Amino acid sequence: MRKVVLYALLVALAVFTTFPFLWTLLVSLKTSGPIFAIPPDFSLRGLSTANYSGVWHTLPLPRYVLNSLYISTMGVGLTLVICSLAAYPLARMQFPGKNIVFYAIIATLMLPEHIGLIVNFVTMIKLGLVDTYTSVFLPSLASIFGIFLLRQAYLSVPQELEDAARIDGASDLVIWRHVMLPLITPALATLAIFQFVAFWNSFLWPIIILKTPDKYPLAAGLLYLRGLFAYNTRYIAAGTVIATLPIVIAFLFTQRYFMRGITAGAIR
Amino acid sequence: MTLSRRARTTLIAYLFLLPALGLLAVFTFYPVVYGTVLSLFSYDIINPPRYVGLQQFHKLFGDRYFWIALGNSAKYVLVVPVIQFCSILLAVLVNRKLRGIQAFQAAYYVPVITSWPVVGIMWTWMYDQAGIVNWVLRSLGVLHRSISWLSHPTVTLYAVMFVTLWKGLGWYMVIYLAGLQSIPTEYEEAAGIDGASRARVFWHVTVPLLRPYVLLASLISTMSAVKVFEEIYVMTRGGPFFSTYTMFMYIFDEAFQELNMGYAAALAVVLAAIILVFSIVNFRVFRRGGLEYY
Repeated sequence: MRKVVLYALLVALAVFTTFPFLWTLLVSLKTSGPIFAIPPDFSLRGLSTANYSGVWHTLPLPRYVLNSLYISTMGVGLTLVICSLAAYPLARMQFPGKNIVFYAIIATLMLPEHIGLIVNFVTMIKLGLVDTYTSVFLPSLASIFGIFLLRQAYLSVPQELEDAARIDGASDLVIWRHVMLPLITPALATLAIFQFVAFWNSFLWPIIILKTPDKYPLAAGLLYLRGLFAYNTRYIAAGTVIATLPIVIAFLFTQRYFMRGITAGAIR
Repeated sequence: MTLSRRARTTLIAYLFLLPALGLLAVFTFYPVVYGTVLSLFSYDIINPPRYVGLQQFHKLFGDRYFWIALGNSAKYVLVVPVIQFCSILLAVLVNRKLRGIQAFQAAYYVPVITSWPVVGIMWTWMYDQAGIVNWVLRSLGVLHRSISWLSHPTVTLYAVMFVTLWKGLGWYMVIYLAGLQSIPTEYEEAAGIDGASRARVFWHVTVPLLRPYVLLASLISTMSAVKVFEEIYVMTRGGPFFSTYTMFMYIFDEAFQELNMGYAAALAVVLAAIILVFSIVNFRVFRRGGLEYY
């Protein structure tokens, strides 16, 4: 009996958190009937994918998807390189200034990022990078979360492996590339997933720095289309599903990494 | 040329660090310095910056919209205790071995990984005059007439806060779940054997042990409430009648709609100072927790 109550509670909460998605999905799969009505129309009659082909062929959705894929791929790839390089000496080398560098990186967590928005816009103008894809991912490549996560992973690699490689005459770069990196793959995967979600979902910085809506990533593009085609609720609903589905699927396959990543990021 | 071993190691270490430190210097440290300097200048991007001293800060005190925005940002902190309370309960609820519990955790987490534009679009529909929220509340007998949630100055801010709660719950749940799993079960068992009720064990054993996590989560939560932006931007843009106009929204408008970069920087400096005060206060209140910050 207690178990039944417990499950009922869990299901009720799941309905609360997922209902807006299910409702949007239903709206996107129907072509007729009222969208806004009390009581709402929950019938499953006349489902079709017409809105999906509609939004895909008449609005620049494929363009936005390609933009998002490009920005996410470049962003994730470069983040992995930059963070895995930076975290290595912080975990495994002794050098003067190490603590200063470490605490400087920690201090950035307390810096207000809203100031960054203003100044980075000015910086991008000076660099001539406004309205380029590069400007979208460049400021977030040196991820503090990533550096910490990977530093933690490097620290757990046994010293003997490094010593053995050194006796064999391997250079630092070789040790990093061929001994260390293969051993921290799970942490790299966690970071890749997090950065992918962050880039895929980003909209604030892109709408500031991109002047041509055709260059918008999907999330920003969707908001732009909602402004232009507010009356076509079903098309926008279909676009919303297209924007969300890849992330939800990626999440379901990597849930374990994900939850571990948050706790590693927030609590040491 | 041969370098000493130590010098070589140092050189290599900094070469590894170079790309990250370079990017952080340009896009993270420099903005704080330049942003603070910029608050003393009048700058519209087109003309070169003009030094005006503390003039922008003087202007700020007489600026009606600044006080409105500040008031709304302060009000938004109301969401913090609600989120923390709900997510602690949620974490306790899902912290058990039960068939399918992973799936439930995933369901609670999906809003967290959804982009703000998608959340904004969905909830604008939910809050429609003839939308789901009104239907639910009317069916439950809470409301007799439908409310237009996002165009009614007295309720809109709270409607937006509810979306913040909806999207944030899963994230804090994971934090508290980690906290709960770090508590040795012996404490709770011992209290149970001593005859303490479940509620008493929760309040007098579990919650105090969770203190460092509560500190961390409320700190993060307070700071993001004060600088709330995304949910406002995607649902109301500060309306109706400035009832959801927050500090970050004002900064955004000044910087990127009006191109008053100097004034925006002054607003940003004030917001940064407020966030810093909050983090100090929050830290002092909860200091006994013994949380190790990095």
